[in-house]
Amino acid sequence: MKIYDVLIIGGGVTGVMTARYLSTKTCSVALCEAECDVAMGATRANSAIVHAGYDAKPGTLKARLNVRGNKLMKELGAALDVPVKEIGSHVIAFDDTDMKHLKGLYEKGIANGVPGLRIIDRDELRAMEPNVSEEAVGSLWAPSTAITCPYGITIAAAENAATNGVEFYFNFRVTDVSSVGEIYYVTDGEETIAARYIVNCAGVHSAEIAEILGEHDFPIEIIPRRGEYIVMDKICGKMANSTLFVTPSERGKGILVSPTVDGNLLIGPNAYPIDDADDTSTTQMGLREITEGAHRIMPTVDTRNAITSFSGVRPTPNIYDFYIKASEQMPRVIHAVGVESPGFASGPATGEYIAELLQDSGLVLEDKTDYIPTRRADGNHKHFNEMTDEERAEAVRKNPAYGKIVCRCETITEGDLLDCMDSPIPAVTIDMLKSRTRAGMGRCQGGFCSPRVAVLIAEHEKMTLDKVTKRGGDSWLVLPKENDKKGGE
Amino acid sequence: MRHVKLIVVGGGPAGLAAAVSAVKNGIDPKDILVLERDTEPGGILNQCIHAGFGLHRFGEELTGPEYAGRYIQMAEEAGIHITVNAMVLSMTDNREVTYVSPESGYVTCSADAVILAMGCRERTRGALNIPGSRPAGIFTAGTAQRYVNIEGYMPGKRVVILGSGDIGLIMARRMTLEGAKVLCVCELMPYSGGLARNIVQCLDDFGIPLKLSHTVTEIHGKDRVEGITVAAVDENRNPIPGTEETFECDTLLLSVGLIPENEVTRGAGVPLDRMTNGAVVNQNRETAVPGIYACGNVLHVHDLVDYVSEEAEIAGRAAAMRILGKSGDTAHSVTVKTGFGVRYTVPERLDIPAEPEESVRIFFRVTDIYKKVRLVVRDAAGNVLVKRAKTAVAPGEMESMELKADMLKALAADKCSEITVELEKMEG
Repeated sequence: MKIYDVLIIGGGVTGVMTARYLSTKTCSVALCEAECDVAMGATRANSAIVHAGYDAKPGTLKARLNVRGNKLMKELGAALDVPVKEIGSHVIAFDDTDMKHLKGLYEKGIANGVPGLRIIDRDELRAMEPNVSEEAVGSLWAPSTAITCPYGITIAAAENAATNGVEFYFNFRVTDVSSVGEIYYVTDGEETIAARYIVNCAGVHSAEIAEILGEHDFPIEIIPRRGEYIVMDKICGKMANSTLFVTPSERGKGILVSPTVDGNLLIGPNAYPIDDADDTSTTQMGLREITEGAHRIMPTVDTRNAITSFSGVRPTPNIYDFYIKASEQMPRVIHAVGVESPGFASGPATGEYIAELLQDSGLVLEDKTDYIPTRRADGNHKHFNEMTDEERAEAVRKNPAYGKIVCRCETITEGDLLDCMDSPIPAVTIDMLKSRTRAGMGRCQGGFCSPRVAVLIAEHEKMTLDKVTKRGGDSWLVLPKENDKKGGE
Repeated sequence: MRHVKLIVVGGGPAGLAAAVSAVKNGIDPKDILVLERDTEPGGILNQCIHAGFGLHRFGEELTGPEYAGRYIQMAEEAGIHITVNAMVLSMTDNREVTYVSPESGYVTCSADAVILAMGCRERTRGALNIPGSRPAGIFTAGTAQRYVNIEGYMPGKRVVILGSGDIGLIMARRMTLEGAKVLCVCELMPYSGGLARNIVQCLDDFGIPLKLSHTVTEIHGKDRVEGITVAAVDENRNPIPGTEETFECDTLLLSVGLIPENEVTRGAGVPLDRMTNGAVVNQNRETAVPGIYACGNVLHVHDLVDYVSEEAEIAGRAAAMRILGKSGDTAHSVTVKTGFGVRYTVPERLDIPAEPEESVRIFFRVTDIYKKVRLVVRDAAGNVLVKRAKTAVAPGEMESMELKADMLKALAADKCSEITVELEKMEG
């Protein structure tokens, strides 16, 4: 049995960024994830914003990791060819009380080392954001706020990690942990992974995992908090030039309006505690609430242009700060618990920090001499829709599959899809391909391409169509053929 | 850059009929480039294996593939080559079309005339923002139709259908015949958007309930659909609390409308009609950009393919005339406006030549169900040009009125700037 130096539990942004950072060092790393892909929880469904870092209390871990993560995320995007666009953000004030709050945010930001912060007046705000509400009286401008595709960059980082030797175990839901000597044995009831060090990055389930690992009276409790969003058609994408927040309250950063890196407009989220941490449904009331919230910032947002809605569940802890530290009870175990917003923006910095904690616990890390800085050994593969005309012509000449458009709305070719199926983390479900290529994310939401994508997966994996799933588990698309026959007999 | 006389974008019923018509009107088939994105021509008809096509056109009931087959054969006989697996990515207003295909590569080609015949797509769940979870098992009716009829797999066993568009009705019957249980069809409006004959033949004959003024209020299930909650809606189409009913099922089909697929059109700067979601055209189906024509479901959603073919023939002939330099100048233009009870018209504009020889048929849809009405076309002064009484009209059935050549001539002579198509309620 292979014994890894480190096993990371959880394939969200924190787990993946930790894996990626460790993959630059001389150690063996495994990552297990309950779902069929990385970035399936809070990392998938959030505001897609690389926060600047003015929000967190100075001196907290949150503040430090956010500001550093903001810088590292941009570097990571550049290294892996994932767009991270620095578009800046406004926190908008609607009255004098709000303006006072902005002053407080500004001071926190300065203390946290956020660059370029400025409080601006109504006229300057309106010049920068002509569609903002007439009621707005000013804003806190943070030029370092960026937008990116949160799962896109996490997937890219995971591929980069896999290319550098990190092994991924999907559909692996940890049920039990035992230890013999200096080795932990982590099982999902079927398979077992052995490792010397364990990092708990299980997001909304991180407190449960701490207990499974054997913590008694673990001090942190997770209160799952759901936020709903609406994605608007690209025809609305230019209504905002930067991310627009309202002045925050105790319940979070409030409802925002932001362009997305793909050119859509995103509105949301609300924030409600829920019992079931995996319940990502949307509600009629919630969608109405975020529409009203968005109208406060920008009255002209028209939800008739909505193309989809979604919700994400954040791992809100019962303390203010992130709880990222070595276990007090168990040797060689690091917990990353309660990493809620700005957990995504902090991700790359959190990965570094966890590596430091592992070193403090005795893990020896040295730089790898043969580290590959890209997603694949031969570089970062471009998708057809990202290529120039010349590159497109060349791609089709080399491989005719790049001449076959499968997703019309987003111009995704068969070549793109096959390339993702053959990647270091093979994408073999509809949603895995969707999150890597955007096939099915356009105006028709997969109406045209999903049967064709399903057929491609079945052919590539040499299986029948009924075995293809939307996202693993019981998410089948069609019934097996035998079943059909029964009806006719 | 390669240059041809005519590019037809789309090899479905509209594109095929347009290309055939262009050849009939004097264009050498070698000068025509027909670009079809699928692996074979025929468009969506290929998956419509039910009968009911061609009654008007051929005087007999054909299946979708048979109807397409007739036009594919006509195209072959006319010597037209159809380039398959070729997807048009963009077009400019001077008729340069960029497309990609495994065989041809990444190509830009210009033409004297372009006929747009890309068809339409289905509206989706997201556009309607149905709350709930996002499991597998939610399909547009057309996607489900593809799984059943092309791939040979059933998308589920217990089905709720939202929307009573024709594809939804057809799929209610199809899924039932294949052994699934269709629990109900919910329609938000107080009337169905589908053809009356489909309500009878696809629902009534199989005892499938049609719930008018109902909508889906929640989707249940994490990995796969486990249930659908539906509720009655009030006159403002808001769900009425207390009327919710939950069906245990594994599939939700959506048949909530079709949208002409005009991204390429928009990219070329061709003005669109907000009501049809297709290009604004004149009676020749020429858009506001000279030399670019549109026909079929990319122009406006038709109920019958027979009318698609008819419209495509108009566009094909007009494009041929332009290429051959026989179009003639427009002597006078008239805007076609919508009046009471009319949602849209096609064409939206009449470009009347100096000596009009042919009549023009104006197609339109009504806004609601009306009983005992007169369909009326008036000139700018309010004079009735044509009228016809109908016992009932419905948004699901396209209407048309014909303007004779002499009327057109009179409109031009009077310098009439607009005509209006409207309904008039009859007494009693």
